[in-house]
Amino acid sequence: MNTLSPPSGACDPAMASPRSPGSPGTSPVRPWALLAELTHGCPLRCPYCSNPLELATKSAELTTAEWEDALRQAADLGVVSAHLSGGEPLLRPDLTEIVAAADGAGIHTQLVTSGVGLGRARLGRLADAGLRSVQLSVQHADPATNDLIAGRRSFTDKERTAALIREAGLPLGLNVVLHRHNLDALDALLDLAPAWGADRIELANTQFYGWALRNRAALLPSRERLAVAARTVRRRRAELAEQRIEVVWVVPDYFEGNAKPCMGGWGAISFTITPDGTVLPCPAAAAIPGLDAPTVRDHDLEWIWHRSRTFTRYRGTAWMREPCRSCDLREKDFGGCRCQAFALTGDASATDPACRFSPDHHLVRDLVDAPPAPASPTLGEPRRPARRAAAVAPEEAEEAEEAEEAH
Amino acid sequence: MTARWRPVLAPAVHLRYDRVRGTDLLLLPERVVVLKGSAGDVLRLCNGEREVPDIVAELARRHPGAPVADEVPAFLGRIRAEGWLR
Ligand code: SF4
Ligand code: SF4
Repeated sequence: MNTLSPPSGACDPAMASPRSPGSPGTSPVRPWALLAELTHGCPLRCPYCSNPLELATKSAELTTAEWEDALRQAADLGVVSAHLSGGEPLLRPDLTEIVAAADGAGIHTQLVTSGVGLGRARLGRLADAGLRSVQLSVQHADPATNDLIAGRRSFTDKERTAALIREAGLPLGLNVVLHRHNLDALDALLDLAPAWGADRIELANTQFYGWALRNRAALLPSRERLAVAARTVRRRRAELAEQRIEVVWVVPDYFEGNAKPCMGGWGAISFTITPDGTVLPCPAAAAIPGLDAPTVRDHDLEWIWHRSRTFTRYRGTAWMREPCRSCDLREKDFGGCRCQAFALTGDASATDPACRFSPDHHLVRDLVDAPPAPASPTLGEPRRPARRAAAVAPEEAEEAEEAEEAH
Repeated sequence: MTARWRPVLAPAVHLRYDRVRGTDLLLLPERVVVLKGSAGDVLRLCNGEREVPDIVAELARRHPGAPVADEVPAFLGRIRAEGWLR
């Protein structure tokens, strides 16, 4: 799961009277991007799923009207870009209405999907409603291994979905979460980008929260194989750039001794709305106790973003303790990730243990320096399904058939 | 390189006025670019029909005395190098 990086400025022709760009850090800080988790239901069961261990049930999900209202409020607050994600957002029968509401409010939408259950007709309706781009997850370049990691047959669906997206003229990004079971297939994964007509491939080394933290022993790669992978990316990046394919490598923070500038700072650039309307600075933050996260059912987004304790708590640098408080990098990495600090130390206001200056750094150091685990460990525990497959909406069933025929 | 070029935004790039911040933006998948000054007005003229000299002439008419003949082709070249103009 990735987020928008801070906006960059484009150089202006000199006849312009320069205006200051509304960059984060200027007051009042406004969010640029929204991660809308429309449902936690998903046909796949990836062992590193970014959804929380406590999955929201279908009956708790926001209604169409509630999403439409939330998107209008988000736009008024400054949001210009939204990832429509899940779980699998295609499980929402009202996805077209949600896309239309976002687009109508001036929000650029990107669908983040597993690619299972998307037919030509529905994609056409989504594009007509204003969908601007699609990000498709891929678990492995080898179909059988992909299906093993995903917990169901899905590779051929993904390949077919990629072709439909190209046919519809929408930009396509591939999104691969990397771990010890697919890191060695990096070259083949990169080959999928040109083969499937992608404009972009994001290689995101697993971030260890929630399901991935539970399955960390099965997922954590060795330092040596990670170094080989990083070299592969360096080698292939220029070649793919010539084909206008962007390669994004999300660094694994456990290995480098550097805390990542998580979310560009707490409550600085983006926020997440979960399926039941809970509003969080990031999708993993649900695990932090006492956060008392507000919901769109009880408060408006303006108040939640600017005033709620959930969002002001770790905003800026005033909350920091040593060693962050007097560190030169505090405005660059914001002390790292609060969710990781909590997950590993039990204290969300501690320095992220990924940082080499953290007094708890040994917690990650010991793991990555440990002798590699035996050659073929398990994949880890698949994430639980959020609801039964029978709950798939009739339209999806029909689309699935249509897709089968087209195939 | 600009001869006969009729610049137009790449299909994945959307030019939008941000009413909340009062500024023009380019919206791309995974990326927001804040356009400073009149950059947005220049790009609005890139409709795939006007050639660069037409764009320069139009801007010169709108902004008499501004160094558009030098600045605008260089700006368009930079935006093309980013892959945002075709
Ligand atoms: S199970 Fe896999 S595809 Fe489904 S939401 Fe989780 S990570 Fe995404
Ligand atoms: S001490 Fe804190 S601010 Fe400094 S590098 Fe580490 S996490 Fe970042």
